[in-house]
This record gives sequence, structure tokens and C-alpha cells, in this order.
Amino acid sequence: MIEIKNLHAKIGDKEILKGLNLTVKAGEIHAIMGPNGAGKSTLASVLAGREDYEVTEGTVDFEGTDLLNLATEERAREGLFLAFQYPIEIPGVSNINFLRTAINEIRESKRENPISAKDFMALVREKSKLVELDPKLASRSVNEGFSGGEKKRNEIFQMAMLNPKLAILDETDSGLDIDALRVVANGVNTLKSDKNATIVITHYQRLLDYIVPDFVHVLYDGKIVKTGGKELALKLEEKGYDWIKEELAN
Amino acid sequence: MANYTEDELAQDLENQEYKFGFTTDIDADQAPKGLNEDIIRFISAKKEEPNWMLENRLEAFEMWKKMTEPDWAHVKYKKPDFQDIIYYSAPKQTKKYESWDDVDPEMKETMKKLGISMEEQKRLTGTNVAVDFVMDSVSVATSFKAKLKELGIIFCSFSEAVQEYPELVREHMGTVVPTSDNFYAALNSAVFTDGSFCYIPKGVRCPMELSTYFRINEGGTGQFERTLVIADEGSYVSYLEGCTAPQRDENQLHAAVVELIAKDNAEIKYSTVQNWYPGDKNGLGGIFNFVTKRGICGLNSKISWTQVETGSAVTWKYPSCILKGDNSIGEFYSVAVTNNYQQADTGTKMIHLGKNTKSTIISKGISAGKSHNSYRGLVQIHKNATNSRNFSQCDSLLMTDECGAHTFPYIECKNSSSKIEHEATTSKIGEDQIFYCLQRGISEEKAIGLIVNGYCKEVLNQLPMEFAVEAQKLLTISLEGSVG
Repeated sequence: MIEIKNLHAKIGDKEILKGLNLTVKAGEIHAIMGPNGAGKSTLASVLAGREDYEVTEGTVDFEGTDLLNLATEERAREGLFLAFQYPIEIPGVSNINFLRTAINEIRESKRENPISAKDFMALVREKSKLVELDPKLASRSVNEGFSGGEKKRNEIFQMAMLNPKLAILDETDSGLDIDALRVVANGVNTLKSDKNATIVITHYQRLLDYIVPDFVHVLYDGKIVKTGGKELALKLEEKGYDWIKEELAN
Repeated sequence: MANYTEDELAQDLENQEYKFGFTTDIDADQAPKGLNEDIIRFISAKKEEPNWMLENRLEAFEMWKKMTEPDWAHVKYKKPDFQDIIYYSAPKQTKKYESWDDVDPEMKETMKKLGISMEEQKRLTGTNVAVDFVMDSVSVATSFKAKLKELGIIFCSFSEAVQEYPELVREHMGTVVPTSDNFYAALNSAVFTDGSFCYIPKGVRCPMELSTYFRINEGGTGQFERTLVIADEGSYVSYLEGCTAPQRDENQLHAAVVELIAKDNAEIKYSTVQNWYPGDKNGLGGIFNFVTKRGICGLNSKISWTQVETGSAVTWKYPSCILKGDNSIGEFYSVAVTNNYQQADTGTKMIHLGKNTKSTIISKGISAGKSHNSYRGLVQIHKNATNSRNFSQCDSLLMTDECGAHTFPYIECKNSSSKIEHEATTSKIGEDQIFYCLQRGISEEKAIGLIVNGYCKEVLNQLPMEFAVEAQKLLTISLEGSVG
């Protein structure tokens, strides 16, 4: 699905990613954990194509294409989805209009006809159930006046609507109560198939009780420094990151 | 509505340059350049006007000569040389148009390019817009006249109204915008050449949108049109105007006067989509749009102004309401977009004279390129206007680091039972918003279109459907590639 090799990226003069390697295969869920400032959100931004970051070295192969050569919207159209840590509000633009535009832009890039209003509305009904999103929110302006939990649910709703190959969830659990967490996790688990993959970026292992990862990676100082199974997350939860820093020092 | 827009937007985006910049090669009957009494007599004679009208014009000219051009607006431009303008230019026609078939083929072609299809309208009686087309100094064609006449509605060119309904014109003209009102209003009163006239009789609800399409075609000319809309007691009318001009290096002057009269229990909805040529990327050429628009409300009546302003090099325009009758309502909904070197100083005046009068002002300014966009508004509550209310909201959106947004709200209140609210925001178009759209696969152009149209939604919702779709496209096209 995606193969990241020796990825270096900086913002301004500050290098944040310092030779990151990560391979994710179809059907897998990977969790990335790490202390504050390790570069977790930077990784998400760089993969999605945010212009503030400059990639100085390394390659990213996404389903056989050079991801770094694509513009942000092209990456999205190829099937890369980022669930934002802080979903932004777009006043006056209804969620539905926004998603229909997105779906049709993606279809157009594949030379497909626009989705019919009927099919689209059926899709909205089906997918909003999945994340228990109040159908009224679908017609409200994008994220405007949504609670923190509703915003995150809306991200997963959008993900369900767009059906990406690779979804990156950037701290989707932050600010969620336990019920919302379950709903979001349930959405992600239902969407899981052997054709797609998910990267879950999180601070806490709590989310991983609901979204069970195949691999857990520790990102520290711009690199993946340790990889393990689900038990690694539990150990981090219990012991923090100091023991990893010590291991590295030795 | 949204469906229609989104689907069609893509095609229109390809056509991002000012698409009305063509000229029509048509013989014109022109006055010599310059302004003096003889020119005014010439115009009046051309129009075969009654003597009182000529007297009005000459009086206005005398006043104008003593006035100075206003310079309080937040705009900078080289003052027009009033002696270097052609004040009368009419497409040459051998005889009066008796029917649509008499209209010059070139002219028909022009209208077609502008999207005004009278032929189509003739066929489809189901359409609900009657159009008056004013090119340079004269009204060329008005559709649906007969149908309207059955209801007693008069919708015709201003010149025709002077001929056919002189008493109506004489009684109302200049009662809302007096000749002495301001420099441009005085100039207009002296040299106006045509425009639209509309009268809705008592208790009649006009069944279709009335629309005037203004077009400047000839070089070196100015357009000075006059519009008078009278809604008699208990009547209703929705009126639309659209404006375009060819692409030229020179600055052309457009100084119009619009007067609205809503008598007791009447309602007038007046919508404008102004897309005069804005000048090129370096600020060369474009229309100077200096317009006086004002309406007066009787008892329980309502006047609503909606404007989408994307064109003109310099705009100076304040559609206003005099809320004279008790319980009358004034509304102003505005979107003003400036790009490159455009300058706009626009807003409204709400004059509360009657009791329980209410006004609402929603202004959305969008500045891009190196442009300057100002909102200037006055809310004036007179001492007898008990329990009157005003709500104003002025939002500015900045697209680049080099543009400017300015707000000049004036509030004068002489009645302690009144309530005035003013809200204002200024924001820069969010890179985060654009990135969010891009990440969902939406192109940058479409993202800007979505965001800007969302930002203006409150105003666009006020426009009649056909215009709203047009306006949304226009906004997107005007801001093409403007994020910096």
C-alpha cells in the first residue's frame, strides 16, 4: 500500500522527520505512538501534502506511484485520506454539498460520471448510520457549530463516504468521550477490508482497545525507533517513553 | 439550486477572463464630445422631450457646475475629464422597433452573448423574467410588455415613459434623489439618456421578475441611466439589473440614478449583479461606477436592496432606504468583490423617520490582489422613530497580503427607545480551509468557490434563483487564482 523510505522533512530550518521508514500493506492497521514533538502529526501532514513542510530526502511509494510528486488533491483522489486532528469549519458550505463536490471531483479524475443525486443521498443515509451521525448534521455547514465529538465523527463519516485506500487518523481520539470513541472505532473497524489500510496516530493506548492494530510503532525524534505488536502499546501506557529513550542512548 | 451550480461551475471556470469584453460593431448615432447647454438641448431634442424635462435638465446642469466632485470616499483615481466624454450614443436604427423582428441582427447577437435570449423568451411563455435592454444611451428592447399591460403594470424604457406617462414621471422623478443630492446625481439629472421605468398599480403583485440589462458598448462614451420604480399601495415587484461593458484601456464613466418608491403596504425587491469591466491586471481601464440609489418607504412598506458587485475599476455606491412610513422595513444585502487594482467604496444609508421602523444590513466584502474594499454605512434614527431597530453585520474577507478591507460605519441615534446592533469581522481566507478541501480531492479553484460562496450565502440567498446561480459563478470567476 505505502512504502516510506528514509523520509526527511523540515519546516523552516527545523528538521522534524529524520529518516523515517515505514511499510504498510493492504488489510493492515498500524498505530504510531510517540511523545509530544516526535513528529507524528508532521508525518500525517507530509503524507497528505501540506505545503508548509519541505521534504528534503527520501521516497514514498503509494500503490506504485511516487506520492511526493503528486499535488495534495491528487493524493486524495488516489485514495489517501487524512482524518484531521482539528477539523476546520467552513461556514455556509453544507456538509452534503462539500462531500458531493469531493466525490465528483474524484470521479471526474477517473473519468467517471458524476454521482446521481439519488445514489448520493442513499450513500449519505447508509454511511451516516455507520457513525451514528445525526442526519441533520449532514445538511449543516461543514463542522460549523459541531461539538468536538461531532467533528471527529464527521471525519469518519467523510472517510466512509470517500472510501479511501489508505486512511490516516491523526489523533482522532483526542477530545472524545468513551461513547464517541467507541462509535468512531466501530466506524473504522467496519470500513476495514483486505483492500485498504489504516494508520492510527495516537497518544494513548485507549483507542487501541477498540481499533486493534497489527503493528505498533514508536516515533521518536523523527524516526521509527521501535516496532511491535499490540502489547507494545500497553507497555508504553504503563511505562511511558523513558525506557525507549534509555534503550536508544545505550 | 446547489446542484445546478456545482455541476456547471467547472465549465465556467475555464472561461476565467472577463467574458463580456467584446464590442458590437454597430453604427452609432453620437453627440459630439463634451458637456454644455447645447449638448443637453441636443439630448433632449433627440428624445423629443417635453419642455419641462429640458428645463429640469438645464437647471440640474447649472447646479452641477457649482458642485465639486466628492472626495471623501476611500478611493483614488484620476478624475474624469467631463469635457472628454460623449454624452449621447445610440445604436443607429432606421425606424422604431415595432417588434422583436425589427431588431438589428448584430444587436441580437450581442444579447445572445450576454445571455439575454429574448427570442427564447418569446417562445417560452413559461419563463418569468421580463427584460429591458439598455445599450449605451438607449433602451433597445423590452419584452413581455403586452402581458404586463393586462395587469396595468408599466414596464418600459425611461424615454418612452416620458412620452407616454409624463404625469407619472413628473410627479415622482427627483422626489427620492433630488437633483441637488450630490455631484453625480446632478450630472445624471442633466444628461441622463435612458433607463427603465416601472409602475405597479394598487394591489397588484407583479407575476414575473422585471429585469434591465445595461450594456456600455461604444468607446469614449459614458452611461447615465435613470431608473424609476413606483410600487403603488399594496403592490409587489421584484426587479433585477445586470451590467457589462467591453474591455478597453480607457476609464469609462457610469453615473446612474435609481429611485424606488414603495407606497403604503407595498414591497420592492431590487437586485443588482454588477459586472462592469473592472480593468486589466495592472489596473488599466475599467468603468468608474458612481451611482446614487435610494428608495422611500410608506406605511408598512418594505424595500430590499441586494447587490453582488464584482466589476468596475472604481465603485462609489450606497443603495439607501428612507423609512418614512411607520412600521416600514429597509434591507441591504451586499457582496462586493475587488481584485487586482479595483477599488470599491460601497454600503448603505438607513434613515429611520417613522415609528417601529426596522432595517437590516448584511455586507460581505471580499478583497483580492492589490485591491481596496470599503464598507461605508449610515444608520440614522430620528427623534420620532420610536422603537426602531437596526441590525448591521459587516464582514470582510482578505484573499492576499496586499489588499485592504476598511469599514466606516456611522450611527446617529436621537431616540432612546431604539435598538441598534453592529457586528463586524475581518478574516483572511483560511489556508487551512483550502487544505481541508484539497485533502478531500477538491481542486483549489473549486475550494475557493465553495468557501467564498459559503461566506456570501446569506446575501446570495436573497437573490432570485436565476440570478443566484449566475452570481455564484461570477464570484468564483472573479477570484480565480487570487489566493496569495
